[in-house]
Amino acid sequence: MYQTVYHRASSVDEAVSLFAKGSEAKFLAGGQTLLPVMKQRLASPSDLIDLGKIKELQGVELSGDVLTIKAGTTYFDIMQNADVKKAIPAIAYLTSVLGDPAVRYRGTIGGSIANNDPAADYPAALLALGAAVKTNKRSIAADDFFQGLFTTALEDGEIITAVSFPVPAKAGYEKMRHPASRFALTGVFVALTKSGEIRVAATGASQTGVMRVPAIEAALKANWSPSAIDSVSISASNLLADIHGTAEYRANLIKVMAQRAVAAAG
Amino acid sequence: MGVEGIGARVVRKEDKRFITGKGRYVDDIKLQGMTHAHFIRSPHAHAKVKGIDSSAALKMPGVVAVLTGQEIVDDKVGNLICGWAITSKDGSPMKMGAWPAMAPETVRFVGQAVAVVIAESKNLARDAAEAVVVNYEELPAVADVHAAIKSGAPQLHPEAPGNQVYDWVIGDEGAADAAFAKAANVVKLDVTNNRLAPNAMEPRAAIADYDSAEEHFTLYTTSQNPHVARLVLSAFYNIAPEHKLRVIAPDVGGGFGSKIFIYPEEMVALWASKKVGRPVKWTGDRTEAFLTDAHGRDHVTHAEMAFDANNKITGLKVKTYANFGAYMSLFSSSVPTYLYATLLSGQYNIPAIHAEVIGVYTNTTPVDAYRGAGRPEASYLIERLMETAARQLNVDPAALRRTNFITQFPHQTPVIMAYDVGDFNASLDAAMKAIDYAGFPARKAKAKADGKLRGIGVSCYIEACGIAPSKAVGSLGAGVGLWESAEVRVNPVGTIEILTGSHSHGQGHETTFCQLVAERLGVPISQVSIVHGDTDKVQFGMGTYGSRSAAVGLTAILKAMEKMESKAKKIAAHALEASEGDIVIENGEFKVAGTDKAIAFPMVALAAYTAHNLPDGMEPGLKESAFYDPTNFTFPAGTYICELEVDPGTGKTSFVNFVAADDFGRLINPMIVEGQVHGGLVQGIGQALLEHAIYDSNGQPVTASFMDYAMPRADDVPSFNLSHTTTLCPGNPLGIKGCGEAGAIGASAAVINAITDAIGKNNLEMPATPDRVWRTIHAA
Repeated sequence: MYQTVYHRASSVDEAVSLFAKGSEAKFLAGGQTLLPVMKQRLASPSDLIDLGKIKELQGVELSGDVLTIKAGTTYFDIMQNADVKKAIPAIAYLTSVLGDPAVRYRGTIGGSIANNDPAADYPAALLALGAAVKTNKRSIAADDFFQGLFTTALEDGEIITAVSFPVPAKAGYEKMRHPASRFALTGVFVALTKSGEIRVAATGASQTGVMRVPAIEAALKANWSPSAIDSVSISASNLLADIHGTAEYRANLIKVMAQRAVAAAG
Repeated sequence: MGVEGIGARVVRKEDKRFITGKGRYVDDIKLQGMTHAHFIRSPHAHAKVKGIDSSAALKMPGVVAVLTGQEIVDDKVGNLICGWAITSKDGSPMKMGAWPAMAPETVRFVGQAVAVVIAESKNLARDAAEAVVVNYEELPAVADVHAAIKSGAPQLHPEAPGNQVYDWVIGDEGAADAAFAKAANVVKLDVTNNRLAPNAMEPRAAIADYDSAEEHFTLYTTSQNPHVARLVLSAFYNIAPEHKLRVIAPDVGGGFGSKIFIYPEEMVALWASKKVGRPVKWTGDRTEAFLTDAHGRDHVTHAEMAFDANNKITGLKVKTYANFGAYMSLFSSSVPTYLYATLLSGQYNIPAIHAEVIGVYTNTTPVDAYRGAGRPEASYLIERLMETAARQLNVDPAALRRTNFITQFPHQTPVIMAYDVGDFNASLDAAMKAIDYAGFPARKAKAKADGKLRGIGVSCYIEACGIAPSKAVGSLGAGVGLWESAEVRVNPVGTIEILTGSHSHGQGHETTFCQLVAERLGVPISQVSIVHGDTDKVQFGMGTYGSRSAAVGLTAILKAMEKMESKAKKIAAHALEASEGDIVIENGEFKVAGTDKAIAFPMVALAAYTAHNLPDGMEPGLKESAFYDPTNFTFPAGTYICELEVDPGTGKTSFVNFVAADDFGRLINPMIVEGQVHGGLVQGIGQALLEHAIYDSNGQPVTASFMDYAMPRADDVPSFNLSHTTTLCPGNPLGIKGCGEAGAIGASAAVINAITDAIGKNNLEMPATPDRVWRTIHAA
């Protein structure tokens, strides 16, 4: 690790002002990506601004049909939260299969979506549920937030404060774990909104990061059942391929995981 | 068996320090004035080193020195050796290229060191290393064994034309050909044994400390065999004579073979310590472990097995290409030859065997012994062949094995090994019963109704362990003897120190070795200490690998114990005014048989040291040593059966049951044996399902971190169902065969046989990843 200056911010405002003072500052959430990258000397922020102790970034609120998870809430706290389990159990389940216990104790939802790893689990949930990403400046629709591999709509120095999920009528998530990293080799989140819209998002599959899967959405619109997806054809072009999964395999997984997610959603 | 004697499930003494963070590993050691080394490693698989400019680095804070490959060559530090000479079929010796500790001219694998920075801290050394400019001229590279032997392939070493190290044969080719000419059926199989990265939990580390006044070196290192390390460093690497070099291997966190070898980093640390006049520490990180710890396996094999009309095996022909990587590591040459082809008879009567092994250089990390070393490759091949044969001949796989089992012992195979004892039917019976083999068809049908593909796979392995005897391995080309030594020191108050040449790096010797003492003397194991891992304390030893510590090392302790007990009995008899022949040892006392006359063991010890009243002519003291060289290898064997389900939608494998019925001879501590089997099975399953060290065609490693290299985790493996059948090994007095490698040797074939049974297709390579299984299921 290169030398850096560590700051522990006590409020979002303080974090923003510390960020502005640093020459190449970085926000530190759970650190599950940033710290290993720094240890490998692949990142060298001048200043590291820890958001972990900011109270306003912690917690979960359920208000009517909106579930709001503050950005600094850890995976462990999310998967244990009664409101999450009640309102959107698919999110509790997604969180329970994310990483491993050590990752779940440290990692946060804000850190995950800000990083936008193409194989991360949360982006699929946000995209399928039509969530809104709240920052210290604005609210960004999930459709606009994720902009390709490790790229988001966040501006320099902008801090995610919370994610608001409309509570769906039905939702489900299934993933095939990457055998080594335990990220999603491919994961699919399906949602049927209370207004009757069907949204399906796949992570870990596309070369451009999390994506909607219109063919499956159309099939489910006609018939919300796993078998409705049998006849869907998913193209392998533009899908990721690596030593753990060919593009054809990932195309298959999009279908199979979608079917299982629908079954899980009920 | 006492509560702490042989056969007792004694909790491991050493675990208290390990689980409370009190272990003392090399990296925990800090010496006064210690500097830190960081190696500059080649990013290229094959390149000329045209120049190294360290001028900027030398000006950086805390930098003590930047040392290069040319300097270590100029100082006449020896090239790394390979300690087992193999002769090709044309009579020529194996062809080895030079391996300097740091490359002065040519790098041949990614990660090979070209220079080292010595600085006041690890971080400062890393900072400075980034300022060292190495000018490389890239050369074409080759990573794949078949590509490497093609004409026109990039050549690694001028000494080895065609990248061929040797072309070695074993067995009787004429007899094998004759068997195939008369065969009723021939079964053919091509298999790849995937390359593995060992990944011991503790990365390798070394601290070298040169004392200029005494011209003496101390090396703390992560070694499975510190005495062998000292011997090689002294005799071949020109570091220092043996009496001027102390090697200490303190607590070591796993080895699996990868810490047998003497690596460049240890040589450089020693040499650099003298050069800079201060202690030098190097602790590898995980990336360095992936790049530089000797890898395991990496075979490509074609095999054919001949059967007569009664399904009896009549012949076996095997041709294997073994990828050695860029250099010949310390025992690499023996692994695909004498540790592999000599086990190709498996548990079966095979009248004629012929095997050819071609050793090949590639631009990859050197390959050497890894848990099982050659024997997993042999067992995997034979057990896949048996399963393939059963399918082709349309007979039950277990029944086909039974038809061909060796049942008379001793049994001389056509490939050197003489099996001393075994009962292969007993372990097969035990495993089949444990898994309810007869009930499998009904379970398979039920799984099918649930949309799952269920399979069962049998693996009947045999291994040659306790590696020894010295005379035999010497005749086969080994550069060392394979005996073991021990010393029993009884202190004046009756506590006991056992000095052993075996080295514990996870095996639990501090417990099991004490159990032998408890068994013989009836003293609690708390009265006994095991001393190992220090060449200044233990006179010599061959270390721990090849499941040899109990069969060879513990037997050496037994021999020393017998000598000590003999003297102690004389002292006791003298004190009790009885005949020596009437003295028996019970519960920590020396008794006159059939009387109530007794003297406690501590009093005997005290008498030996006060020497006030010893038998005439007896020397004072109570300390004995022994060297033990066995008469044969030992032959642990057993049957593993795996039942699993494959999800046809994803190709993912889920275990239903995994039974292991092993014959290890006598067990000293069944709990520790179970732990060894668990660990071995997980490594075998890891190889079968997950692990694969991959290079691209340019020799760039693709799997150099745990983000890409899939290590097995607890949720990847089932809860194992273990049992034991026992035939005592006649080759050592305790009847021990060894248990350290069995799981890794037998498990992978059971898993692949089960998956291929489940999916109904026989061609499936390891690791059977979900993607690979799914594509195999859906292949035309």
